[in-house]
Amino acid sequence: MNFALTVILGLVGLFALAALMRWGARHALTGQARAMAHDMPLTAAFGILVILIYTAVAIAAPALAPFPERDIVGTQFQAWSADHPLGTDRIGRDMLSRLIYGARNTVGIAFATTALAFVVGSILGLWAALVGGWLDQVLSRLVDALMAIPALIFSLLLLTIFGTSILSLILVIAAVDATRVFRLARAVAQGIVVMDYIEAAKLRGEGSWFLIRREILPNALAPLVAEFGLRFCFVFLAISSLSFLGLGIKPPTADWGSMVRDNATLITFGDVTPLLPAGCIALLTVAVNFVVDWQLHRASGLKEQ
Amino acid sequence: MDREVLLKIEGLRIEGRSGDGWTEIVKGIDLTLHRGEVLGLIGESGAGKSTVGLAAMGFARDGCRITGGTIAFDGTDLRQIPEPARRALRGKRIAYVAQSAAASFNPAHRLIDQYCEAPVVHGVMDRARAETDAIELYTRMQLPGPGDIGFRYPHQVSGGQLQRAMTAMAMACRPDLIIFDEPTTALDVTTQIEVLAAIRDIVRQFNTAAIYITHDLAVVAQAADRIKVLLRGQEVEEADTRAMLDAPREAYTKSLWAVRSFARPEQPPATGTPVLSVQGVTAAYGKTRVLDDVSFDIHAGRTVAVVGESGSGKSTTARVITGLLPPVSGKVVFQGAPLPPALKSRSRDQLRQVQMIYQMADTALNPKLRLRELIGRPAQMYLGLQGRALETRIRDLLDLIELDPDTYIDRLPGELSGGQKQRIGIARALAAEPQLIICDEVTSALDQIVQEGILKLLTRLQGEFGLAYMFITHDLATVRAIADEVVVMQRGRVIEQGPKAAMFTPPHEPYTELLLSSVPEMDPDWLTRLLDRRAAGH
Repeated sequence: MNFALTVILGLVGLFALAALMRWGARHALTGQARAMAHDMPLTAAFGILVILIYTAVAIAAPALAPFPERDIVGTQFQAWSADHPLGTDRIGRDMLSRLIYGARNTVGIAFATTALAFVVGSILGLWAALVGGWLDQVLSRLVDALMAIPALIFSLLLLTIFGTSILSLILVIAAVDATRVFRLARAVAQGIVVMDYIEAAKLRGEGSWFLIRREILPNALAPLVAEFGLRFCFVFLAISSLSFLGLGIKPPTADWGSMVRDNATLITFGDVTPLLPAGCIALLTVAVNFVVDWQLHRASGLKEQ
Repeated sequence: MDREVLLKIEGLRIEGRSGDGWTEIVKGIDLTLHRGEVLGLIGESGAGKSTVGLAAMGFARDGCRITGGTIAFDGTDLRQIPEPARRALRGKRIAYVAQSAAASFNPAHRLIDQYCEAPVVHGVMDRARAETDAIELYTRMQLPGPGDIGFRYPHQVSGGQLQRAMTAMAMACRPDLIIFDEPTTALDVTTQIEVLAAIRDIVRQFNTAAIYITHDLAVVAQAADRIKVLLRGQEVEEADTRAMLDAPREAYTKSLWAVRSFARPEQPPATGTPVLSVQGVTAAYGKTRVLDDVSFDIHAGRTVAVVGESGSGKSTTARVITGLLPPVSGKVVFQGAPLPPALKSRSRDQLRQVQMIYQMADTALNPKLRLRELIGRPAQMYLGLQGRALETRIRDLLDLIELDPDTYIDRLPGELSGGQKQRIGIARALAAEPQLIICDEVTSALDQIVQEGILKLLTRLQGEFGLAYMFITHDLATVRAIADEVVVMQRGRVIEQGPKAAMFTPPHEPYTELLLSSVPEMDPDWLTRLLDRRAAGH
């Protein structure tokens, strides 16, 4: 009961802070940014605030965490106390510190992975739709072939080949995700490349890169951004399932996904501690999607004032 | 008129959302419609015609709300009854025919399935009877092969046929009232006549009342018993069709009548090397031949109008000239030098010389780019303008098309009206400083007053810069207004070509005659006489 109250109070506090931040932005900013702050709903301000907090925590992790990430500083499964605000895990590491370091590892990797997947997937997808013909056939059939292999098995295969470093983890998950992004970008762009303004640009003698960047991408952005919000969350799942299989983020590095699994036994004793990393993921997911929804709304509106 | 009153709208007020607030777009309209009567509703874009038409069904579009007045349909105020009761009326007693039948039919279902939906849902008849009834109405609407046309999908049927199928569909429950929202605007003249005649006949046969919304006066004169003129949400005047045509009272109405009087001064015949010469061009999509030995010349400072119905090859000719569709044989010669057939092998300067303006400014301007970039890009790309020089050029171009640079330079196309968007299309073409501009039906999506503005602008620019225009159109009134020479096309061939004066004086080729006689005139008896004459001729 006490815990639920804390969570609710925390969320209300965040919303209040978000409202304050929005009010500040409306007064401090000028021009276009000010107009944006003006039509920003409270949910979007909340989302931005949460993302900012996560970013700050990730960057300042060593300064914020009371204990080092990997050190065993107590006995296993200690209860919440003044020394260890969130207790210790199953081998006696401080939960709060690991949670803070986890922001750095999990969020950083998830963001890098999703961004890479989107850059590669959408450029190739838009290009395939624009050029069409054999290029489209080659790329699309290749993507079909890759998608035919179950994502997890495929990632396992690639990680076994390339070894399990953080870099190869990012590259492999990005490669798998890029196939989904490719399909979406290509489908969206196929509706755009038939428009008269694309023909007008071709008649002007524009090259493919300009067409993709200036003519197609701005019009395909809304669905791509929405997909970004969704994919970002799926990447957490992918990382934690790979970690579970021993090919993801390696212990003792802190990772929210594996922290849930490691300490899962505590749930049966009615302790919420193992669910806190999951809660962190959930909060970030909600925050990202609030911002994405706001951007979608802006993109779909006729008026952009 | 002492017939029973069917629809009585009093003091109708409708507001539309704009930004954070609401703006009144219909400001107190009264309207009375008797059983079996056809009321024409005319006005320029933004006059509130369609909004009033929808309100007659008790309906307000998204972003609109009805704020005042009564809408009494057959004695019941549609604003007072609950939504389910209104929905029970719609489709059954009040039907709606939209402007673009192609966009209003569901492409995934056959015509007859969509026909049967309303009568079956409203419990007027069962599926089997509805199908028989559909065939009966298709016959009355003079659709070809009424027995099987219903079993086709919308994309397998032509635009004019779709519009007639939609009218038949609106008739399915034998409604008391049909709202026609610009039903023939998107059709070419020859098709328009067929649809217009079919609509008029069926409304008379079933004694259905109708509200006919259009911006084309000559069209409404054929169909309506009375005409109401709207301007910015207010009534200008209302009168019986004949009285209105003979003696419009208000200055605004008179200006609507006078729009078609614009005509460019006659130019002397051109001599010397033509800017563009199309020589014996034959082109095909795959194995289907779409152009057959097409030849014509365009001289500097002159306008060549290419006319013909949909599918006659007008736009394909433009595609060959611009290099999008390399011809099978023949060539396109620009200022004495042949242009490479394919777009990719043309030099940047060759591309610059021929610019194009599209019919639908909505799809021809990238909705996510600001006017600065839309207009600036060709100037930057072809003429290498940068920084301040580019800014000055963009502002000059906006001045040329009569839009205030300070207000508009950072707007998006979505923030402009239809006519303004088309002006941006013109500015974009001008930015390249071309010799020839191909205008593909540039005025056909606009209402008459805006059309006139665009035609005047194009004429002025032609005088200033000595531009040559290739003007693709199916609207002969436009041809009469601005062309020097006319090329008539049908099924990919040039049927007739020559100076405008010669084209508009008899004798004509039979097809030219058909096109000319299909242009609606400001005379309520015109359609009847034309149909009688055509029937007698056959």
